[in-house]
Amino acid sequence: MDRIKQIFKKGPVFVAYLTAGDGGIDHTFDAAMALINGGVNILEIGVPFTDPVADGPVIQRAAMRALESKTTLDDILSLVKKLREHTDIPLILFSYLNPILKASENGFFANAKEAGVDGILLVDCPFDEAKEIHQHCIKNHLAPIYVITPTTSLERLKHIDKHGSGFLYYACRKGTTGVRNEMPDDFVQKMREIKANVHHPVVVGFGISNKEMAAEVLQHADGFVVGSLFVKALEEKVSLDELTFKAKNLLPDKNSQQELRIE
Amino acid sequence: MSVYLKPKKGRYGEFGGVYMPEILMAPTSEMAKNWKETWKDHQFRNHFYEVLNNYAGRPTPLTEVPRFAKAINGPKIYLKREDLLHTGAHKLNNAIGQCLFAKKFGKTRIIAETGAGQHGVATAAASAFLGLPCVVYMGSVDMHRQEPNVTRMKLMGAEVVPVKSGSKTLKDAVNEALRDWSESFGNTHYCLGSVLGPHPYPEMVATFQMIIGKETKAQCIKQIGRNPDRVVACVGGGSNAIGIFSAFIDDAEVNLVGVEAGGHGVHIGEHAARFREAKTGVLHGTFTYLLQDEQGQIAHTSSISAGLDYPAVGPQHAQLYKQGRAKYITASDEEALVALKLLAKTEGIICALESAHALAYIIKIAPELNKEDVVVINLSGRGDKDLPQLMEKNLI
Repeated sequence: MDRIKQIFKKGPVFVAYLTAGDGGIDHTFDAAMALINGGVNILEIGVPFTDPVADGPVIQRAAMRALESKTTLDDILSLVKKLREHTDIPLILFSYLNPILKASENGFFANAKEAGVDGILLVDCPFDEAKEIHQHCIKNHLAPIYVITPTTSLERLKHIDKHGSGFLYYACRKGTTGVRNEMPDDFVQKMREIKANVHHPVVVGFGISNKEMAAEVLQHADGFVVGSLFVKALEEKVSLDELTFKAKNLLPDKNSQQELRIE
Repeated sequence: MSVYLKPKKGRYGEFGGVYMPEILMAPTSEMAKNWKETWKDHQFRNHFYEVLNNYAGRPTPLTEVPRFAKAINGPKIYLKREDLLHTGAHKLNNAIGQCLFAKKFGKTRIIAETGAGQHGVATAAASAFLGLPCVVYMGSVDMHRQEPNVTRMKLMGAEVVPVKSGSKTLKDAVNEALRDWSESFGNTHYCLGSVLGPHPYPEMVATFQMIIGKETKAQCIKQIGRNPDRVVACVGGGSNAIGIFSAFIDDAEVNLVGVEAGGHGVHIGEHAARFREAKTGVLHGTFTYLLQDEQGQIAHTSSISAGLDYPAVGPQHAQLYKQGRAKYITASDEEALVALKLLAKTEGIICALESAHALAYIIKIAPELNKEDVVVINLSGRGDKDLPQLMEKNLI
C-alpha cells in the first residue's frame, strides 16, 4: 500500500509541517492530531537541527527549543509509531542531512520504514549529492522527496522528476521559510512550466498563510504546504482547538475550489 | 598544481561536494562555471596580482627569528609574515580575489561572514577599494570579543549585522550569510572567508591563498638555498594553511603540519579539534571532518582564538589528513598564549592568537628537532585585535 499515491488519487492535498519536539514530543503528537482534525492529510515532521540554513527565524527558534528539550531521532520515530496508531495519512520526515547521515550508520532507513514513515525530504541534500541516501530510501520503500525552486532549470526539473518519487515540493520563492501574505509574482507562470514538464504531483510551500493563497495554489498545483504559520501558533501557545481551527480556516471555500478530502 | 588541490567533480577524494538547499544550486553551479573561466583568464590573474602588490602590500617578508628559536632550544625558524599584509592577516588575499571576481560578473553587493573579524575587515576593505557595498554577518559573542575589528569594518563603510541565533559565533554567521544569499544571489556575491562551503568555494579560496606558498617557496630558495623541512600553520577552516602548504605538497621531503585549536579541555564543546575523533559529516555545503554529537547535531566549539572556533574543516585538509600527506595536531589556549608572549618578547612581533597555535606546536616539539632543520611557520595574522580581550581577562 502506497499511502502517498493513494492520497493524491483522492484529490488535492493539505500538507502541514511541524518541528518535532517543540514543546516536547508529546505536544508534537497532540499538535499533529489537531492539524489532522483540521483537514491536514500529509504531515511533514521536522527533525530539529542546530544549523537550519534554509529556515527563517520562526522554524529556527522551534528547532532550538526542540533541541533544548533533547529531542532525538529515536523520539521522532516513536512519535511516528504513535501517530500511525491513529492515522493513515502519509508521514514525511523533513530533515537536514547530517542527523540522517549519522543515524544511517545504525540502520535508520529500515527503522524509519518500520515506524511508519512514508518519505524523506532532506533540505540540504540536493538530488546531485543524494545518491547513497536515495538508494537507502528505495531499498526500504521510502519515497525520496525532492525540492524544486524558481531557480531549478527545466532540464534539472525533468531529471529530478524522473528519479524522484512520491511528489515534488515546489518551494515557490527565494530566501528562507517564513510567513508571507501573497504568492510571488512569477508563481502562475512557473507552475505552468513545472506542471507541463513533470509526472509527479506537485505541492507548493514557502510562505502560505491564508485561504486566498491556498486557493490560488490549488488552481495550479496538487496541494499546498503550511509550516511557519503553525509553528508560530505553537510558539504563541495556542490551544489545540485553535490549531484545528487555524487549519480549517486555510481550506479554500467549497464553492470556489475543488473540495479537499478530509479524512 | 598538486593533485591534492584539484577537485574532481567538486570533491577532494571523498570530501567536499555541493550540499546546498535547492534554491542555491543554480547560483553555486553558475559560480563554478564562472570561476573556471576566470582563473584561466590571464588578464584577471594579472589584475589580481597587481592589486595584491600595490594595495595589499605583497610580497610579505620571510623573517628568521633566531632569538625565539634560541629561547625554545629549537631549529632554524622562519616566519611568513602575513601579519604584515594590509588589514593584518592573510584574509585579504581571498577577499580581493573574490571581490574582483564578483565585480567581473556584475554583482553589485558583497556579503560575508566573520569570526575573528579578520575576514570581515578584509572584505570591508576590498569592497571599499572596489566601490561595492558590503554587509558582514558576525556572531554577537564574537562582536564582543573582537570589538576593534567591528569598529574597523564600520569605518570602512561596511554594515555589521549581529547574529544572535545558535551559538552566536562563526558557524551561525555563516548560516545567516547563506540565508541572505538564498534571497539575494541575483545581485549579491557571498564572499566566503575560508576553504569551506560548497564547491567551488574551497577551490577558489585556496587558489587565491596559494600566493602565500608561492612566495614562501621562492624566498626559501633565495634566503636558505633549499626547501624547509617543515611547514606549520594553524587550521580553522584552513585557508592560510592550504595557502602555504600548496607550494610544498608535491615535495615529499617537506613535512606539513596543521595546528588546530585544543581549547581548554578534551571533551566535546571544549575545543575545535576536528581531527581528534575524525568523524565525518556535512555542514555548510561540504562533506568533511566535523565536530558533532551522537545525534549528528553540530557541536559547540571553544577556542581562545575566534578564528579557529569552527566545527568543520576544509575538504582539502580532510583529504591531506586521510592520505597522510599532512599531519594535524592541537595546541591549547594556554599554550597559544605562552607562544604569543614569547614571540613578542624575543622578536618584537605580536601575532594573532590563531597564529600563536602554530608557534605553540614548535615550542612543544623543538627539543626533538635537529638544530639544522628549517621550519617555516605561517604567521597568518597580527595580534592587535586580540589585546583588548586578553587585557579584559587579565591574561596579559
